Amino acid sequence: MKTLNKPGDVVLPAPGVRRRRGGPRSREALHAYVFMAPAILGLLLFTLGPVIASLLLSFTEYNLLSPPKWIGPANYVEMFGEDLFWQAFRVSAIYSVVSVPLGLGLALGLAVLLNHKMRGVTFFRSVYYLPTVISGVGVAMLWRWLFNAEFGIINVLLGTVGIDGPAWLVDKHWALPALIITSVWGIGGTTLIFLAGLQGISQELYEAADIDGAGRWSQFRNITLPLLSHVTFFNLVLGIIGALQVFTDAFVITRGGPNHATLFLSMYLYQHAFLYLNMGYAAAIAWFIFIIVLVLTLLVFKSSPMWVYYENERKGAA
Amino acid sequence: MSVTPQIMPFWRTRRGQDRLVSAAIFAALSAGGAVIMLPFFWMLSTALKRAEEVYLSPPVWIPNPPQWENFYTALTRVPFHLYAWNTAVIVALVMIGTLLSCSFAAYGFARLKAPGKDLIFLLVLATLMLPGAVTLVPTYLLFNRIGWVGTILPLVVPAFFGSAFNIFLLRQFYMSIPAELEEAAKIDGASVYRIWWSIMLPLSQPVLATVAVFTFVGTYNDFFTPLIYLSDEEQRTIAVALSYFSGSPRIGPQMHLMMAAVTVSILPPLLLFLAAQRYFVRGIVMSGIKG
Repeated sequence: MKTLNKPGDVVLPAPGVRRRRGGPRSREALHAYVFMAPAILGLLLFTLGPVIASLLLSFTEYNLLSPPKWIGPANYVEMFGEDLFWQAFRVSAIYSVVSVPLGLGLALGLAVLLNHKMRGVTFFRSVYYLPTVISGVGVAMLWRWLFNAEFGIINVLLGTVGIDGPAWLVDKHWALPALIITSVWGIGGTTLIFLAGLQGISQELYEAADIDGAGRWSQFRNITLPLLSHVTFFNLVLGIIGALQVFTDAFVITRGGPNHATLFLSMYLYQHAFLYLNMGYAAAIAWFIFIIVLVLTLLVFKSSPMWVYYENERKGAA
Repeated sequence: MSVTPQIMPFWRTRRGQDRLVSAAIFAALSAGGAVIMLPFFWMLSTALKRAEEVYLSPPVWIPNPPQWENFYTALTRVPFHLYAWNTAVIVALVMIGTLLSCSFAAYGFARLKAPGKDLIFLLVLATLMLPGAVTLVPTYLLFNRIGWVGTILPLVVPAFFGSAFNIFLLRQFYMSIPAELEEAAKIDGASVYRIWWSIMLPLSQPVLATVAVFTFVGTYNDFFTPLIYLSDEEQRTIAVALSYFSGSPRIGPQMHLMMAAVTVSILPPLLLFLAAQRYFVRGIVMSGIKG
C-alpha cells in the first residue's frame, strides 16, 4: 500500500533511481521529448485532435456560415434513412470485397513467378511495379480513354476476338467492374511486398522438401503460404483500408456515375463536405467509414491466430 | 545428383523440367507485362496522332508521321509551366519538411530514453491504420479558421510534423547503427542534436533517399489535398490541372492533346523510378518484412 507523505517527511529516492534535477536521466528525457516534439504535435494537431473533433462534429449541424448547432444523433438517423448513402455503402462494399481478394491473389501468384531465378526477372519486377509509381490523375485520365466504348483500346481488342465490349464507364453495370480492373492493374506494390516476404523464406526448406519428394504445389501450400501469412496479413489490412478510401479514380474516371453506380463512400463524403457544405453530416459519414475500417481490421487481427503462422510459435510447440 | 538413365526424354530430366518451368514463367510474365504496358503504349500512340486519326476504326497503332508538335500544343494552350512550378514548390517543401521532421523524431524514438516514449511511438504507428477520411473535415475547418485555405500552407506545413511510416522506417535504421559511433562524439562533448545532424543524418543517406523518393511520388501524385485546399486556377498543381482538362474547351475533346499532356505528367515519377529503383525496392522490402 502507498501512503501519502506527510509534510516534513524526508523522501529518499529509491535505490538506483536518480531524482536529482538535471541529472543525466532527466536531461536525456528532456532531449527525447524535444526530438519527439514534432511527431507529438503532429499527432495531436492533425490526428488525435481531428478524430475527436470529427466525432463531436458528427452530432452537429454546421455549414461554415453559422456556428455549429448540436443536434444529437440526427445526422446518423438521416444517413441511415438515405438511399444514396446505402448506394454508396454498396458500391464501396462490392469494390472492396472483389478488388481486395482478387488483388491479393494475383499479387501473390505474380510474386511467386517474379521470385523465380532466371534472366530478365528484375526487368519484369520493374515493369509490374511501374503502375504503382505513376498512379494518379494522369493515369485515371488514361483509363477513361482506354475504356471509351467505341474507340478505347479495350473494346477494340475485345472486338478482334469477336466480343462486343460493353459501354464500360457509361453503363451502370460495367462502370464499377471497370474501376476494379484499374485497381488490379496497380497490384505491383502489393506484389513486391509479397516478393520481399518470399525472399525471406529459407531456401533450405524447399531443398529439404525436394528430397522428401514434395511437389511444387505441395511445397507452395505447406511452406510458402504459411511462412508468408504475416505478409498476407499486412497486405490484407492495408488493402481494406485503401479500398474503402478510393477517391481519385472514382472522381476522375466516372465522377461517381453513371446513375451513382460508382458513388463510393469517399465520394459521397466529398460531396457533402465540399459541395453542399454539410460539415456535420460529412463527419458522420467519415466516422461510419472509420468504424467499418476498425471492425474489419479487428476481425482480421482476431482471426489471425487461425491463419497467420509465426515462427516462434512453432518453436514453442516443439 | 542421381544418374539419369539415357532413355529418359529431355523434358523428363531434372534439368529439362527446370528449363520448361523457366520458359513457362517467362512466357506468363511477358504476357502479363504486355498487359501492364499496353495502356502506356496506347497513351503514347494517341499522343502522337493527328486529330482525325484518333477516332478511326480499325485504329491506327503507330501514327505515321508522329505528331511531336502535339506536346508543344498541349503544353502551351494552358499555362503548363505555371502548374509545373506550383507542383515543384509544393513537392520540394513537403520533401524538406518530411526528411527533417521524420529523421529528427526517429532519432528520439530510436536512441533516447524517456517515460512514455513507447506509448507515443505506438500511437504514432496506429495512425497508419487510420482512414484519412476521419480527420478530413476537422482539419479542413481548422485550416479554414486560420485563413490558410487557398494557400499552399495546408499542403506543406503538416509535412514538418512527421509522418508515421517514414518515422518508423528511419527509426528501424537508426536502431541498427552501432552505438560506439555516438559514444566517441559524446566524449568529445557533442550534444545530441549535433550527433543527430552530423553523425546520424549522413549515415542514414540511403534510407533518407528511400523516404525522399516515396515522398516525391506521393506528393506529386496527390490529387485530393490540392483539390480541396487550392481553389484558384493560378494555384493548380499538375494533377489538379489535368483533371480539369477534359472539361476545358481548349483541350478537352481533343484526345491526342489530352494524352500528350498525360504523357508529360507521368514523366517526373517515371524518370525518378528509372534513376532510383533501388531506393524504391529498399523501402518496399523494409515495409513488408517488418510490418
